Amino acid sequence: MIKSVQELVARQQAARENFYSKKVRLGVGVGTCGLANGSREVLDSIRDEAAKQGLGYAVRGTGCVGFCQAEPMVDVLVPGLPRVFYHDMTPEKGRDLVKGLAQREFHPEWALMRLGADCLLVETERRLVGELNGLAKVPTIEEVPFYRRQLRIALRNCGFIDPEDINEYLATGGYTALAKVLTTMPPEEIIDGIEKSGLRGRGGGGFPTGKKWRSCREAHGSPKYVLCNGDEGDPGAFMDRSVMESNPHAVLEGMTIGAYAIGSDRGYLYVRLEYPLAVENLALAIRQAEQEGLLGKNILGTDFSFTVRLSRGAGAFVCGESTALMASIEGFPGEPRAKHIHTAEKGVFGKPTTLNNVETWANVPVIINKGWPWFAAIGSEKSKGTKVFSIVGKVKKTGLVEVPMGMALREIIFDIGGGIAGDRKFKAVQTGGPSGGCLPESQLDLPVDFDRLTEAGSMMGSGGMIVMDDRTCMVEVARYFTNFLQKESCGKCTACREGVRRMYELLERITRGQGTLADVDLLQEVCEYVRDNSICGLGKSAPNPTLSTLVHFRDEYRAHVVDHKCPAGVCPALTTFVIDKDTCIACGKCRKSCPVECIRGAKKVKHEIDQSKCIKCGSCREVCPVDAVATA
Amino acid sequence: MPATDMETFDFSKVDAVIEKYNTEKSWLIMILQDTQTAYNWLPQPVLERVAERLALPLSHVYNVATFYASFSLKERGRHLIRVCDGTACHLRRSTWLLDEVRRELGISEGEMTADRMFTLETVACLGACALAPVMTIDAKCFPRMTPEKVKNVLTAPRQGKEVGVKETEPARKEIKADKPKASGARTKLAPKKRRRTGGK
Amino acid sequence: MALVKTVIDGREIEVERDRWAVEVARDMGIAIPTLCHHAAVEPYGACRLCVVEVTRGRWTWLTTSCDLPIREGLTIRTNTPAVLKARRMALELLWAEAPDAAEIQELGRQLGLEKPRFAPRVKAGKCILCGLCVRVCRDLIGQAAISFSNRGIDRRIGSPFETASGRCIGCMACVAVCPTDAIHVVDDGNVRHMETFHTDMELAECESCGRPSVPVKLLEFLRTKLPEGIPVSAVCPRCRRTGTAGKLTEVSTLAAQLGYIGGCKVGEASE
Repeated sequence: MIKSVQELVARQQAARENFYSKKVRLGVGVGTCGLANGSREVLDSIRDEAAKQGLGYAVRGTGCVGFCQAEPMVDVLVPGLPRVFYHDMTPEKGRDLVKGLAQREFHPEWALMRLGADCLLVETERRLVGELNGLAKVPTIEEVPFYRRQLRIALRNCGFIDPEDINEYLATGGYTALAKVLTTMPPEEIIDGIEKSGLRGRGGGGFPTGKKWRSCREAHGSPKYVLCNGDEGDPGAFMDRSVMESNPHAVLEGMTIGAYAIGSDRGYLYVRLEYPLAVENLALAIRQAEQEGLLGKNILGTDFSFTVRLSRGAGAFVCGESTALMASIEGFPGEPRAKHIHTAEKGVFGKPTTLNNVETWANVPVIINKGWPWFAAIGSEKSKGTKVFSIVGKVKKTGLVEVPMGMALREIIFDIGGGIAGDRKFKAVQTGGPSGGCLPESQLDLPVDFDRLTEAGSMMGSGGMIVMDDRTCMVEVARYFTNFLQKESCGKCTACREGVRRMYELLERITRGQGTLADVDLLQEVCEYVRDNSICGLGKSAPNPTLSTLVHFRDEYRAHVVDHKCPAGVCPALTTFVIDKDTCIACGKCRKSCPVECIRGAKKVKHEIDQSKCIKCGSCREVCPVDAVATA
Repeated sequence: MPATDMETFDFSKVDAVIEKYNTEKSWLIMILQDTQTAYNWLPQPVLERVAERLALPLSHVYNVATFYASFSLKERGRHLIRVCDGTACHLRRSTWLLDEVRRELGISEGEMTADRMFTLETVACLGACALAPVMTIDAKCFPRMTPEKVKNVLTAPRQGKEVGVKETEPARKEIKADKPKASGARTKLAPKKRRRTGGK
Repeated sequence: MALVKTVIDGREIEVERDRWAVEVARDMGIAIPTLCHHAAVEPYGACRLCVVEVTRGRWTWLTTSCDLPIREGLTIRTNTPAVLKARRMALELLWAEAPDAAEIQELGRQLGLEKPRFAPRVKAGKCILCGLCVRVCRDLIGQAAISFSNRGIDRRIGSPFETASGRCIGCMACVAVCPTDAIHVVDDGNVRHMETFHTDMELAECESCGRPSVPVKLLEFLRTKLPEGIPVSAVCPRCRRTGTAGKLTEVSTLAAQLGYIGGCKVGEASE
């Protein structure tokens, strides 16, 4: 049990010494992405080999560094040398790496990057490194395009520490902010600092965090509740998952600080069911923090107590909405209610409640440690700090990036994301999940922050960024999102339940080639109705994908209903694939990829699609090396 | 269910779960989750027991159990197959993957195979978007799935083996580590020229 | 209770803070159509028919008036073109959802709808999912015999597992509040068939006329809920009316004899 600030400092020092000990340390990324790519076997084989070698290496599982397609990732920390990250590791390579380390063989050909001066996090001191020993060829993190422009505040420690060991969080200087708050900062000062920092909710709403805390503090009623929204339901978004899996203590520390500022002694962490590893790591973190006296009763020996309990979601996207989330915690279906009476006054169990997103909480300790002016100096005028984005879809490099607010979409997609996969043409980027809209190339220079994207008809939302190329049909995208939303609607209000249903029916007809121009007009009308008449954010933003594509890609809708063609070659009813005989080189790749074996041809014989059997899946077009498959 | 079945039903598992949560009404959802883990689904007698022990109206328990997508009031197979249809997976043609799984198993979403081995569900997003399209069997996640790999991944559970054992996966392409770029360089967009074919 | 000023359709009024806008409007003689609203239960805000235009400061937006608490500085307009358009669309969607509900069609026609531009749901019937039956049964009667189930486009109202409800007492409060007459009940001999909820119950005979008419479960329910000493007897609605009418006749005869007519004593100035 840590009962004072002095004890905390001593523990942090000891943990740091252990982290940077004389032992070689290996970390293997075992977040969800890593595990999906087989990193469990890599970890096991490295552990096994290290034991065999008898060299006393420390082997740890770590979280996710954010470059998911390069998993399994292994990082090596040899005393006196730069920390090196290896990508695409296998059990065999893992063994070779361990064996090689004893002979100072570092396999730079497997390395992704090295850290020039290792620092665990934004706030601790940097460790100086000695000679490079053959690692000079490995790019530094500042030279790798994926990482170069990033400023990792919320994502600090992710992939660098073992989330299952609180000592590693302490080694980064963890819980210093909490100690500072409990011993030197009265609640008013904390709230004032958060307000001045300009921190706004990272879950999508963008509500000023300080203002939210202040109104809850001033509300009447007891007890007060502090909640964390870990119900990241946007398809394509996994920022919060990464933080919860890889650096759970950052969230706990943030919540505890918030609870102290607001005058709350209890809270809930609501995590979606589809994130079992996040639930596990958070549960473990809570237990360890309680054991150390950093959570629960009499934190750090003071008379402040804060207990947090984990509540799991059960498969409902709508439970990301604040009032639905609170209903779920109370054991009810996730039905939102009108917010004339704010949840800061009457929230969960009818008591004053502060609900913030995972990423918002993770920012709090850093703001306390480094001061609000430091945070307010990052970002744009009305959107301070950084934002974590998940770049997925048709980009070359998919994963999580954290950049200062105000960076242009173009830079994120092309400089960091590496541009369009297969060097195809950029068509659109969907930002903000199903609540957001699709933006075309003309909008690529927009700075990404809370307000600028909303003005353009989309929104930054939780940070999901789905990149689409010229083989994406925007009408089909609208149909897809609308289908998702009609299934996730709670069904309470007429506008959302019936409106989104009818939106879907119209989009379905259009993509099937049965739509008319009148349908497109009716679709617009229903969209505007749903936007203006729904109870909650799900319904209000449900028309965004459709409305934004109607604005930016209206010609595609026209092609579907007037010309009865799908220009992108996606909607089966409006697409015909034809192999151009002049371009075809008879390599046979298309024939082999066809799931219904409808392509005739042989070596040196031009290939042809049997239209009567073709299911329009597009596999042939995808694999053709000479682009001989076209849409007619 | 006929009354006689109630007498022989094993309520010990659900009773234990309710005890674990101190019979507190607000933990209903977690109670239903842990109960479903114990029985693999939520049979009617079990839900009636939960309502009775928590002193909640049965209609409320039924409402909650049917509202949330993760609860199944139908019997489920030994192995749960989930195909992700989140946006990233959808863009990478998860629909074709799903079609193949349906074909291979002979069932649709929400259904169980006749031999009670598999239940198929679609899920909106598992958060592994960079590895799309994604499919899970029980707790094991299969990234970058293709229709061709489906038979492969089903082999082990069909033989009664542990999921994820001894499948052969085609070798993955490695990503070359990037050469350092000069700052400010931009990737040029290079649209490929396509010749128009004769109209059809 | 604090008093606040608000303006509804151009008329200023001072009312208690947090009163529901729809009820304040009604007091002022402004009729706002509603479906899921009932004075006996808390507002729900589901049907979206009672929408009004609200202005506060520089913001104007559409919202339901049944759950809008009156606060200082609100200006409300109940029948602007935007409001009427929104109500019309709500009814159009409800009409397509519940194609057999005559009340919805009538309301729709009043707002200029001929027929919905959406395909009617097959086998949909009359239910518009306003939830009044559920809310009355749960919050007023306290039995929660029926509830919502599933969600989104699969949302429905019914008894648990679509089988007989163990908690239904056959009081028919649900039937009384349903705005579209969607709940079907048939009394046949000494059985009441709550057909919509797959529940049958035994009817006790009326102590006055002998017709089976009062659910046994309802009598049991009343006996447990009412304080001791209050007699609970099985009397059918008709006999109760006749009985009451009889008592009233007694009272008015007595009043006439004593010189009271219409509530005031004859010879006294009336208010």
